[in-house]
Amino acid sequence: MSKIHIPTPLRQYVGKQTSVDVKAATVGEAMSALVAQHPDLRKHLYTDDGKLRAFVNLYINDEDIRYLQKEATALNDGDNISIVPSIAGGTLGESRDSGVRS
Amino acid sequence: MATITADLSTTLSKDEILRYSRHLIMPEVGMEGQQKLKAARVLCIGTGGLGSPLALYLAAAGVGTLGLVDFDVVDYTNLQRQIIHSTADVGRKKLDSAADKLKGINPFLNLRLFDTMLNSSNAMELFRDFDVIADGTDNFPTRYLVNDACVLTGKPNVYGSIFRFEGQASVFATKDGPCYRCLYPEPPPPGLVPSCAEGGVLGILPGLVGVMQATEVVKLILGIGDPLIGRLLLIDALGMKFRELKLRKNPDCPVCGTHPTVTKLIDYNEFCGVRGEEKPVSSGVPEIQVEELKRRLDAKDDVFVLDVREPHEYQICNLGGYLIPLNDLPKRVNELDSSREIVVHCKMGGRSAKAVAFLQQSGFTKVHNLTGGITAWSERVDPKVPKY
Repeated sequence: MSKIHIPTPLRQYVGKQTSVDVKAATVGEAMSALVAQHPDLRKHLYTDDGKLRAFVNLYINDEDIRYLQKEATALNDGDNISIVPSIAGGTLGESRDSGVRS
Repeated sequence: MATITADLSTTLSKDEILRYSRHLIMPEVGMEGQQKLKAARVLCIGTGGLGSPLALYLAAAGVGTLGLVDFDVVDYTNLQRQIIHSTADVGRKKLDSAADKLKGINPFLNLRLFDTMLNSSNAMELFRDFDVIADGTDNFPTRYLVNDACVLTGKPNVYGSIFRFEGQASVFATKDGPCYRCLYPEPPPPGLVPSCAEGGVLGILPGLVGVMQATEVVKLILGIGDPLIGRLLLIDALGMKFRELKLRKNPDCPVCGTHPTVTKLIDYNEFCGVRGEEKPVSSGVPEIQVEELKRRLDAKDDVFVLDVREPHEYQICNLGGYLIPLNDLPKRVNELDSSREIVVHCKMGGRSAKAVAFLQQSGFTKVHNLTGGITAWSERVDPKVPKY
């Protein structure tokens, strides 16, 4: 079993859980299982042609998968997968100028 | 980063020696370290949530020259977390408010104030006069700008960012370490990162992360400890858990890689897909103004008011509408009667516009978006409704 850590901005799409356990042999399989269980998450993580969005990084334990075997990186029991999106402060909710945001 | 060397101009006076005694008695700092702090020039971008604790602690620590970049004015809602500003400062320029507190803590501080928005035409020149840049900004275009300018001028970028209850901290743009683009080559397109319904931030959080940034600045200046170079610290304030991820310098990074393609600053708003003042999202869906809704409600017309905000927002204030949070709408759309006139509202009109578009796609024809949301209602119809 591997644990996928869900960052705050995405927890609303997984029923507010902070992590999701999945059984998978590779990172790619684990992520497929995750978005299969929580389809609302898909468009926030993946483009229409199935690529991981560039502002989201995946880590196995503390290593970036881009420097391992990317989505083919093998998972061992107890591995932690972290989804790390870029964040930039509370601006989108609070900026006076971005009146479009509600 | 060029090593900061103390020279005669950074000799400490008797008063300074007494002031910094708690630093001086530690061998890791000592006179030499304190003089390095005095010789150091740190630029803080932003004097808001992150910038407040950052600047306060750097001033207290004895950083000799502190530059502050901020064009903004203190707002009442800032006081929940921007602790360098006080109630009496609401309406003042943040730079002036910050300057007062910083000089109050440490009159020896050489403060340089830059009342400007950092942009591609001023960043490089500005950064050249400083040794370390601390990024306390709150938007993606500026983050990429700061990063690129740091790499191009050879100054380390002490990075911190926050979102609700989580934070990140690292040190980018050192000679052998990664830069922000090694981690995130592209920004999220505006509107895609969950924001409206998830806005807000725990006031304490930028305090935690800002002080971490100050710590890293001091470590870089003194040359002690293990700075967060090549390390992304993830802070989970609710769990009080700290995790660390390894960051690597990307040899193909367009800015700091072996064959950089970005050799000067670009248009970061364009890069991040932000086109200046964004046009209201609500263009394209039928709108109704708050005055018109009031008229119809007073006339007891058959109007169904749908509120797509979150339950905790409903508790702050509401128009008595039927609450279905935006994200739940697809699952709960069958609770709505498409034969009725439906007016959808949220806080400011963005989420409700999305709801109207969704309802139209689901076959509803009598739906309107309340332009400006409950905020507009408070401003133009009933000031007793609190704004938040």
